[in-house]
Amino acid sequence: MEKFTVHTGRAVPLRHSNVDTDQIIPAVYLKRVARTGFEDGLFAAWRAADPDFVLNRPEYAGGTVLVAGPDFGTGSSREHAVWALQDYGFKAVIAPRFADIFRGNSLKGGLLTVLLPQDVVERLWALVEADPSTEVTVDLVAREVRAPGVTEPFELDDYTRWRLMEGLDDIALTLRHTDAIADYETRRKPWLPVTQ
Amino acid sequence: MARTMAEKVWEEHVVRRAEGEPDLLYIDLHLVHEVTSPQAFEGLRLADRAVRRPDLTIATEDHNVPTENILLPIADPVSRTQIETLRKNASDFGVRLHPMGDIEQGIVHVVGPQLGLTQPGMTIVCGDSHTSTHGAFGALAFGIGTSQVEHVLATQTLPMTPFKTMAVTVNGTLPSGVTSKDVILAVIARIGTGGGQGYVIEYRGEAIRQLSMEARMTICNMSIEAGARAGMIAPDETTFDYIKGRPHAPTGADWDAAVEHWRSLRTDDEAVFDAEVVLDAAELSPFVTWGTNPGQGLPLDASVPDPADFADPTERAAAEKALAYMDLAPGVRLRDVRVDTVFLGSCTNGRIEDLRSAAEVIRGRRVADGVRMLVVPGSMRVKEQAAAEGLDEVFRAAGAEWREAGCSMCLGMNPDQLKPGERSASTSNRNFEGRQGKGGRTHLVSPLVAAATAVRGTLSSPADL
Ligand code: SF4
Repeated sequence: MEKFTVHTGRAVPLRHSNVDTDQIIPAVYLKRVARTGFEDGLFAAWRAADPDFVLNRPEYAGGTVLVAGPDFGTGSSREHAVWALQDYGFKAVIAPRFADIFRGNSLKGGLLTVLLPQDVVERLWALVEADPSTEVTVDLVAREVRAPGVTEPFELDDYTRWRLMEGLDDIALTLRHTDAIADYETRRKPWLPVTQ
Repeated sequence: MARTMAEKVWEEHVVRRAEGEPDLLYIDLHLVHEVTSPQAFEGLRLADRAVRRPDLTIATEDHNVPTENILLPIADPVSRTQIETLRKNASDFGVRLHPMGDIEQGIVHVVGPQLGLTQPGMTIVCGDSHTSTHGAFGALAFGIGTSQVEHVLATQTLPMTPFKTMAVTVNGTLPSGVTSKDVILAVIARIGTGGGQGYVIEYRGEAIRQLSMEARMTICNMSIEAGARAGMIAPDETTFDYIKGRPHAPTGADWDAAVEHWRSLRTDDEAVFDAEVVLDAAELSPFVTWGTNPGQGLPLDASVPDPADFADPTERAAAEKALAYMDLAPGVRLRDVRVDTVFLGSCTNGRIEDLRSAAEVIRGRRVADGVRMLVVPGSMRVKEQAAAEGLDEVFRAAGAEWREAGCSMCLGMNPDQLKPGERSASTSNRNFEGRQGKGGRTHLVSPLVAAATAVRGTLSSPADL
């Protein structure tokens, strides 16, 4: 996983609440067995249906910070939603509220999801709509989002922050505790079912 | 200290706890399907890792599978590759798989309970958000992403941060014709699609205790539509009766020990929930959605709302967008909304009781002209049992299509899809834009409403027949 410390890039305003994972990447794109190349599925239905959809507008091309409304990422557990955003080039998503599983997936995979209050999101929208070249900085070290006239702290637990900054994946970390797992296994209830 | 059921199950599964780190939790059962697992198995291969506990893992084919001609090769080459990849992975890594054509094949959340693999007090995960279904047994069950699937395959554990607890209490008795689907749609409409966020919901109260196991699964299934991490219901005699005698249920002295333990899992009387919601069962009625998220629902007796009546600007904008997509005008009576398709199935309502209750409504009647009704059993076992009871004949005689088991039109990854502009009454769980096919419009309903709607051609309850 790539390390995340401080990222500065242009922002893309997505003025929608309840953006579900079926919109982020429709089911037909989930049939692939590879881990890369999901960028073409990102918001595929909206991109196809609406020439004015924000990702179709040239002034927002190359944006790396998505700024969305509340309850972003609701719906299915498909991690493909995170992969599609990353493959498209997004490094961070800012929203007032995220669905749990989506947020979990994103923070595991190194896409930083940043919780900011609705009024701050509104200010960011106004800023980048007025000037699409506006740059937004997502600073994980200082746990702060900065843009012209905006300096806003955000919360993220120390452990996740450390893991993202070091670019560490969970499996390697857990495998350091194989003894504890083996020990737990000796204490499991004897009647618990097995599949084989 | 007094604890809730969810907290008890969590505590029993802590492998390792360290200050400032998430708890490492042991996973008792890992369910696998073809869509969210290929990249996880690939990850294991690349790192030269094995599956730690194949004996706590089980796989089935559900999301992609066709529901017709299942013994022919799958026509869509991409779907076929995904199924073939699962078969290869299962065989390479020693994981038990129920492929198409197998009697235990079906939707992963139907298969676990029917095999008796889902039991109270367990931790259960799957790369699928509706894993919350298994909470109906008093298990702590949650959906995970593909990285976590790989993590569980490799270590049989997951690092998890603690949750908050919410009690949803449904007092009284449900009126006749009102099902657990109506209860959960009403709960989501009340608390919103983000209302359960960060919480494990425990459903309790008289109306919940009176529900069958299958009806309880419907409620817990849609906890995720309320944004919750998981849903749970305390195990009781109904739960034990359901599990007893199933292929993987404990037997003999193990059974007695298990039941004794399961009884201890209920929330302590003095335990405090972080949030509480109370509903009166007597006030509930058949419920349908009018919009494009599961929180946009109303009683069937109501009319399509006017976005101008929403005080909250975000909700107003969402309602406007939803009505435009759904092609509905404010003020139209929901009963007058005409559908093209009725879908009876999914992990929400594809179990034998769902098929039985819909068949009772349909028996001796005809599906309305111009309406197609798809009946897709949740598993091959459900299909077999329904056929043994003659339900397949009831549906066929009414003009409905009787299919093989799978997810089918719940998400339209197989050929069962809505065409652009088509409208369905669906017993599934998500009415998102395009969920059942590009440009398709979905109204979420109970099996009873689905059956009555098929007969009348407009959103209806059995009382309208
Ligand atoms: S039936 Fe629908 S919700 Fe359930 S597992 Fe299949 S696709 Fe997901």
